[in-house]
Amino acid sequence: MSTQLRGSILPKWFAAALAMLSIGAALLIENTTNVSGIGGTTALAVVLYLVLQTAWSFTVEGRRHAVDRLFATLIYSSFVAAALPLATLIWQVVHKGIAQFNANFLSHSMRSVSPSKPGGGIYHALLGTLEQVGIATLIAVPIGILTAIYLVEYSRGGRLGKWISFFVDVMTGVPSIVAGLFIYTAFILTFGMERSGFAASLSLTILMMPVIVRATEEMLKIVPADLREASLALGIPQWKTILRIVLPTAIGGIITGVMLSVARVAGETAPLLLTTFLSQSINSNPFAGPQAAIPTFIWDQISSATPASLDRAWAGALTLILLIMIFYGTAKLIARYYAPKA
Amino acid sequence: MNQGLSDPRSSISGSAVRRGDQIFRLITVGSGILILALMTSIGIFLTWKAIPSFSHNSSNFFTESKWFPDQSTPIFGIAALAFGTFVAALIAMILAVPTGIGTALFITYYAPKKIAGAMAFFIDLLAAVPSIIFGLWGLQFLMPHMQGVAAWLDRYLGFIPIFQNRSDLYTKSLLIAGVVLAIMILPTISAISREVFNQVPRNHVEAALALGATRWEMVRMAVLPFGRPGIISASMLGLGRALGETIAVALILSAVFEVNIHISEPGGNTFAANIALKWNEAGPNGLSALIASGLVLFLITLAVNSIARGIIARRKDFSGA
Amino acid sequence: MKLTRIAIATVAIATTLSLTACGSDNNSGSSAAPTGAGASGSLKASGSSAQKNAMADWINSFQTANPGATIDYQANGSGAGVQDFNNSQTDFAGSDSPLKPEEATAAATRCSGNNAIDIPMVGGAIALAYNIDGVDSLVLDPKTAAAIFTGAITKWNDPAIAALNSGVTLPNATIATFHRSDSSGTTDNFTKWLIATTPSTYTLAGGKDWVAPGGQGAKGSDGVASSIATTKNSIGYVELSFVQTQKLKAAKIDNGGGAVEATSDAAAKTIAAATVSGTGNDLSLTIDRTVKDGASYPIVLVTYEITCEKGLAAAQSALVKSFLTFTASDEAQSALSSAGYVPITGDLLTKVRAAVAAIS
Repeated sequence: MSTQLRGSILPKWFAAALAMLSIGAALLIENTTNVSGIGGTTALAVVLYLVLQTAWSFTVEGRRHAVDRLFATLIYSSFVAAALPLATLIWQVVHKGIAQFNANFLSHSMRSVSPSKPGGGIYHALLGTLEQVGIATLIAVPIGILTAIYLVEYSRGGRLGKWISFFVDVMTGVPSIVAGLFIYTAFILTFGMERSGFAASLSLTILMMPVIVRATEEMLKIVPADLREASLALGIPQWKTILRIVLPTAIGGIITGVMLSVARVAGETAPLLLTTFLSQSINSNPFAGPQAAIPTFIWDQISSATPASLDRAWAGALTLILLIMIFYGTAKLIARYYAPKA
Repeated sequence: MNQGLSDPRSSISGSAVRRGDQIFRLITVGSGILILALMTSIGIFLTWKAIPSFSHNSSNFFTESKWFPDQSTPIFGIAALAFGTFVAALIAMILAVPTGIGTALFITYYAPKKIAGAMAFFIDLLAAVPSIIFGLWGLQFLMPHMQGVAAWLDRYLGFIPIFQNRSDLYTKSLLIAGVVLAIMILPTISAISREVFNQVPRNHVEAALALGATRWEMVRMAVLPFGRPGIISASMLGLGRALGETIAVALILSAVFEVNIHISEPGGNTFAANIALKWNEAGPNGLSALIASGLVLFLITLAVNSIARGIIARRKDFSGA
Repeated sequence: MKLTRIAIATVAIATTLSLTACGSDNNSGSSAAPTGAGASGSLKASGSSAQKNAMADWINSFQTANPGATIDYQANGSGAGVQDFNNSQTDFAGSDSPLKPEEATAAATRCSGNNAIDIPMVGGAIALAYNIDGVDSLVLDPKTAAAIFTGAITKWNDPAIAALNSGVTLPNATIATFHRSDSSGTTDNFTKWLIATTPSTYTLAGGKDWVAPGGQGAKGSDGVASSIATTKNSIGYVELSFVQTQKLKAAKIDNGGGAVEATSDAAAKTIAAATVSGTGNDLSLTIDRTVKDGASYPIVLVTYEITCEKGLAAAQSALVKSFLTFTASDEAQSALSSAGYVPITGDLLTKVRAAVAAIS
């Protein structure tokens, strides 16, 4: 027995036994001291488990295995620590949002609904968000893709390309509130533009462009050089090669990148606060008059803070998450559709 | 990738540069220059608008913590904003970096392969949750549940000034804002770290295991050294996001212009949240002051992001893997 | 191929939702359009959050009577309202403080050289709303209120508070004070009361921005009210209407002539004694906040609608006039009391109607 190759190891049941022991001890300590609440007891149980396991393993299995077990437990619990708040967030949004979330909510505006009364809906904001994000996409996509084409196909590390590349990086770091502040001071205060859905689109464009440039760049870079060379060797001009050969090859990834950037800006609140005038009624014209958006709708309902408006805020949050999931889902499907068939 | 290949243009096009090529090239150059011009004009415009506030301030912009730029004798400064921004981001980093790395390790090397993919997807999904929803959740769900934690910290670690709470109020604090920020940046940190861990050469991992290393020893000797630049840049990108985050913080903090090291007490303010709360009522000088604070925030996030990118770029150069 | 079908279905659902399903603005449930031509067009207004609930009710009634008209009021605070108006972003502003001289100058520019006028439309009591378990009645006087809000008194069982509240058991807990973090007419009126009644305790400057150290800031009247509602042992100053919507309790105020409960009626007495200090159609008021008759509630505010007497675009001017004529009507004013506000009455209301009639 003493000559076996592996050192002695703890039996399989030890983890379960230790867990029970830790929880029991934690409950005991909770009863005798003033550590309280589920959170406190859980934390205590985890600490107890870690200490006991390390001690036990150290005496039975030796130092290396004790350390191995310690870190394994830490890594498992860090995943739980990460997943738990995220799971409660989704649970809360679904659980609290579903109360108000119905056909009436999706098809009605907030026109003539008092903040303290139930009822009303999000249609005006949904319409506003789709229009604002749509316009932002229409502006950002061509500029972003063309810039990426320049960077990958033409510049190839040239001086101008390096500058553009640097500024795209700078743009990625622009906090969204600063983008909103720029549109507010420049377009609205200095040029006398109205706060409108279009002003919101402009601020979202600033946030979308760098994401689209980067995503497109990555995709163009992985298009095999052989394809370009083959096309050029056949005497096809470079611009046609890019439009007919390179872009179609990369299009799946590019569309995915665009959808991801759309999903990202659809939930932006800060720039919208500065650039739109929140309306409670339907306004399908993004260029004139106040227009709502889902994020500012939620912000407004949180501000009112009555039970009815908080219900609407949660339902709005659910709507926003579903909308973003639709964008994400579409991105995934497009990526899968265009993925090279193996 | 393209570096090793000869430029197809020079090898093929020869003398005749076609008209279509010229036009298309011009269009793409135009787009690039447009982005360049847009960015420069944003920078120039904001700087131009920020400058007046410096001469209309009877206090020091960097050391004053009050914010009354529209009074007849304007007094304002970013001390409280900078303090709040850094403390909230620091709390977020302390919580999110180890958890994010742990999560990435769990998904790449600990979890059963079958469920690892689903878990990675779940964590990634959360990067898509907008900040207003994190704010709503933080305000309505986390805040009531955090009070016990803050009270516990005060009771048992209160001898350390930062955990001390001189009142019995534990709501709307930098601590809670920091925790919400941690949850918001965790998916970013975890996703990038995971990508790097996945790139660890298979033979390094197998060699370590073959030598009899435990799983943790393998991680410590093969995975972490390889992934270190990735972890650092992931953390920096997370930090960049935490610094610029607006709405969640604005919803949670109760705006107070004080430097208060007792992080579980209510109050505090950040650059971004202050802009969101003050832009509407700001007069000409107030707006100028807000833009100045926005520029400071922008420069800080720019520096943080540049460091992150620098690390990624350097790694690309020499790893060659 | 199954995936493709799902993709098509998803896109189809999204498109249907966004494009073909026509949403509705009709939340009243009745489809019969009211008779009469009615006003039409779109108005933007912003400002005082104190009058938010009154505005919401008025807009609802006005829009129901005039389905062609859309009015959006953003309760972003009096300071923001005046800025928005002066930046030509809105057609009128709601403010709990009349225009200051420098604001009036900027407003004249916005009104193409004409004067902007302050029209009092809603009165209200500023309640010192509190949230203490088991305490249903609380009396404060100017001195203790000033001491609480400036941080000189930090515990509820402070002798100064106890002296005013014999028979009430106050907890040994830190007082959480809430003030407005935004630029607010409520702050302006509250500090005016402190300065008028207890200048020796409250030595700070008044104005729309809260300057006293300490305490917690919250945005908007609704922000203050909901913060008090969710924070134990807290107190804050907020328009009485929000005390009702958040089901809070309000302290009685003893200005020196006995404790007075914060009610619309008691506040109406103080507002009725106000005198007009504006000139022409500008009806800014001067209020005596030191009143000690034991029946008038002294901390009051009057919300002004601020707009151009002349100089707005014709269509906007007509709609502003139409809307303000409605808000100054007996019907609209009499609806205020039930929401916790104070109607404008008597001679002042006649002047208000004359001022609205002069808008062109």
